Amino acid sequence: MRATGIQSDGLALPSQIAAALLDLVADGEIFLRSVETIAPIAIGVLIGGTLGLLIGIWLGLSTTAAQLAWLSIELFRPIPPVAIIPLTMLVYGIGIRMEAAIIGFACFWPMLLLTRDAVAGVDVRLFEVARMLGLPRRKQIVKIALPAAAPRVYTALRLTLGIALIVAVTTEIAANPFGLGYAIISAGLSLRPDVMYAFLTWLALLGWLLNLGLTALHRHLFGAASRGVSP
Amino acid sequence: MNDWDIRLGSVLVALSVFVAWQLVTQAGLVQPIFLPSPVSTIGTLWRGLTQGDLLALTITTMERMFYGWMLASLGGTLLGGLIGLSRRARYWLTPMLELLRPLPATTLLPIGIALFGLQPRMLLGVIAFGAIWPVLLPTIHGFSAIEPRLHEVARNLGVSRLAFAVKFGFPNALPDVVAGMRLSLTACLIITVVGEMVTAQEGLGTTIMMAARSFRSTDLFGGIILLGLVGIVNNGLLALIERIATPWRAAQS
Repeated sequence: MRATGIQSDGLALPSQIAAALLDLVADGEIFLRSVETIAPIAIGVLIGGTLGLLIGIWLGLSTTAAQLAWLSIELFRPIPPVAIIPLTMLVYGIGIRMEAAIIGFACFWPMLLLTRDAVAGVDVRLFEVARMLGLPRRKQIVKIALPAAAPRVYTALRLTLGIALIVAVTTEIAANPFGLGYAIISAGLSLRPDVMYAFLTWLALLGWLLNLGLTALHRHLFGAASRGVSP
Repeated sequence: MNDWDIRLGSVLVALSVFVAWQLVTQAGLVQPIFLPSPVSTIGTLWRGLTQGDLLALTITTMERMFYGWMLASLGGTLLGGLIGLSRRARYWLTPMLELLRPLPATTLLPIGIALFGLQPRMLLGVIAFGAIWPVLLPTIHGFSAIEPRLHEVARNLGVSRLAFAVKFGFPNALPDVVAGMRLSLTACLIITVVGEMVTAQEGLGTTIMMAARSFRSTDLFGGIILLGLVGIVNNGLLALIERIATPWRAAQS
């Protein structure tokens, strides 16, 4: 742009973007916006993820339950999470509850399915040994099923957090005037491409750090079991 | 339990969800504005499909999604092949691609609006570009993970680079391409719906947003059901493609 002298409302010089990013960091706005995005993610993943985890464990342990729930899951799971943006707007209005509800819905399904598969994939012989040793059912779950499934459940959590970030930003772009997503689209609409790209850069950085941190934690927690897991 | 018992049971469980939904709304436990009864929702949905323009809107949304998906799949496969087969391109481009990847595809919407304004072609471009990632990265992997000896054999037999890409590279990458296209279609549906909401272009996304804004909750639920059906159709279609393109995989699962 500088080379040709073209003025554009859609592009910005890298130096302008860097300056805008510094400004946003200096006055703290970027952190405020990040918290507005991260808070509903935390709530949504906590509620939706926990529900998915519990039902997933149940369906993983009981083949009958999994088979009976199959059609219901196949009917409700394909609903794209963004389709319930208007519904949550109707119920909660705009704000953190609405965004958390969508994130919860989006996180519930992958968590449920991956946990179910992880628990169902636990070696049957472990249960046979446990039964032979007279371990009660509840202890079988806590001491055998969960630890054996833990690495794959963690992978599910990692995936879920990635989805949560995408859904959060998407909700903010589409409807909820808070957080990084709204900051990006409002900067774009008010013809401040430098600010828009500054927020985008920050968002890419956040996503990258999130993935890096979760992968490192995976190695730390599960050591040998995480070998062969792509970063 | 035998197969039929299980299937019947599964249907009964799904039906009981709808019965519970109907009972909850009939008993007035939730306000009908938040949760209309399934009977009235399906009535509205049926009227909208047969007399209103819901069918046309669904087709508009699906068309947009499919065109975006086709562009993303084609572009992702071609680009992935080019990058995957050239070691230099791989070294130079992969770090950049990995940096761009964590960005949610929907953030392309503000960029697209800022660069090209609110036009239908902009939305299609955003859908295609946003959904290219799930195809591109596995395809690069598929093309680059060719057995080295095949490279040597091909060179000895004097196979041209293009013929190598088509006869060795593509079949090798096919499972990755198909797996990528699967994720890509899901992404396409999401970006399409959000894109319609943001740019207010005709389609189901705009329709359900308008329904919510004017408190027409049966219309809203009808739209959500339609989008769920689109998702189910997509899943069926993908399973079919997977079975045709990579039959050995379908046999495994």
